[in-house]
Amino acid sequence: MPKQTASNTIGPFFHHILTPEGHGKSGITDNKLAGKKTKGERIHVEGLILDADGKPLRAAMLEIWQANAAGRYNSPVDDRDEAQLDKKFSGFGRVSSGSKGKFEFETIKPGSVPSTGNAPQAPHINLTLFAAATDIHLFTRLYFSDEEEANEIDPVLSSVNAARRDTLIARRKKTKKGIVYRFDVQVGGDDETVFFAI
Amino acid sequence: MPTLAPLKKLDRTVQPKSSATKRLVPIKQSLSELAGPVFGLNAVKKIDADLTKNAAKKGKEAIGERMILTGSVTDEEDRPVPGALIEIWQTNAAGLYAHKGDQHDAPADPNFHGTGRCVTGADGQYRFTTIRPGAYPITRLGNRWRPAHIHYSITGGSFAQRLITQCYFPGDPLQDDDFVFQAVTNKAARERLIVKYAPEQSIMGYAAGYSFDIVLRGRDATPMEK
Ligand SMILES: [Fe+2]
Repeated sequence: MPKQTASNTIGPFFHHILTPEGHGKSGITDNKLAGKKTKGERIHVEGLILDADGKPLRAAMLEIWQANAAGRYNSPVDDRDEAQLDKKFSGFGRVSSGSKGKFEFETIKPGSVPSTGNAPQAPHINLTLFAAATDIHLFTRLYFSDEEEANEIDPVLSSVNAARRDTLIARRKKTKKGIVYRFDVQVGGDDETVFFAI
Repeated sequence: MPTLAPLKKLDRTVQPKSSATKRLVPIKQSLSELAGPVFGLNAVKKIDADLTKNAAKKGKEAIGERMILTGSVTDEEDRPVPGALIEIWQTNAAGLYAHKGDQHDAPADPNFHGTGRCVTGADGQYRFTTIRPGAYPITRLGNRWRPAHIHYSITGGSFAQRLITQCYFPGDPLQDDDFVFQAVTNKAARERLIVKYAPEQSIMGYAAGYSFDIVLRGRDATPMEK
């Protein structure tokens, strides 16, 4: 049987192909996941991507993968009848952080997707972090501060040490531009984000 | 209730070390990890896969040694992964990226952008036409050079099968002390990152053929409940 291909770093020069917006080109996706016709509550997610010292992590990219407002993934693997597909929403986006480590994306708040055996999961966004300084990507999840009850019984959050759970919760606030969730991602340091082996 | 086979774990004997300093928390795979975005064949145009022409002015093309770069995307059970999006990026023949962050003092090529895309067919195969990239210096590490390489991003199948890597060229002495290539500590895994000369893929009088096959995480035999 063949062996897995080894990962290598994304390096610092990926922007022109993976996140080319702002470089005069368009990519396969970007940081605006929701269109005018996408169903669901529109939200902004903002934050910083940081290194162990709390400084911006050089040349970093987040990939975003989420269900639609009804809790359905736009993927042939998700063929459940009980949650409806929104053809106006791919649920897949990418954003690179700027020189100060800042990133921002616009999307809709996802619905709840069941876990194995139909146990409910709290609404969440799956995130993959790539950076020049990491040889292999890191998987994490973003949960929502206003979903306290659902978060309480989420099987993934429950498997995380209570002291570190906060690193996975995005904080909701109302601003002039609408609903903003604040979420930082840190690699290393005392407040390192929880990353998953999936 | 339909069933879904879980993915095998990342092979830690093959993969480089994670940068996380705290333990990675193991979680049970759900639809979140097993579903993934799908790209139809019309997500990309045919010209996107020809880097010698996709950024060239009319009647011009990139300067450099042309090559056909082809291969398959399969999983650990040797099953093809159709509909996988492959995105590549590389330097020009002189070792310069068309990126404002690249400070290397080397000539630019106005007819080469160094980026390409294609989607694997039903058989998991992909194919690019490009030019051979150059080595480039990493001066922040002293008088050091990175061996010639092409960056690969593969988005296909499940979210958890995501892979970004680089391919290299046979017989390049710069690989020996390259911190990126050597981050893969398993020698056999490192060698699988080196493209193979594939004369059967060459185009007579035009471009030499090379192959680079990609293997993503496979699936366990027993399906799980969705
Ligand atoms: Fe590179």
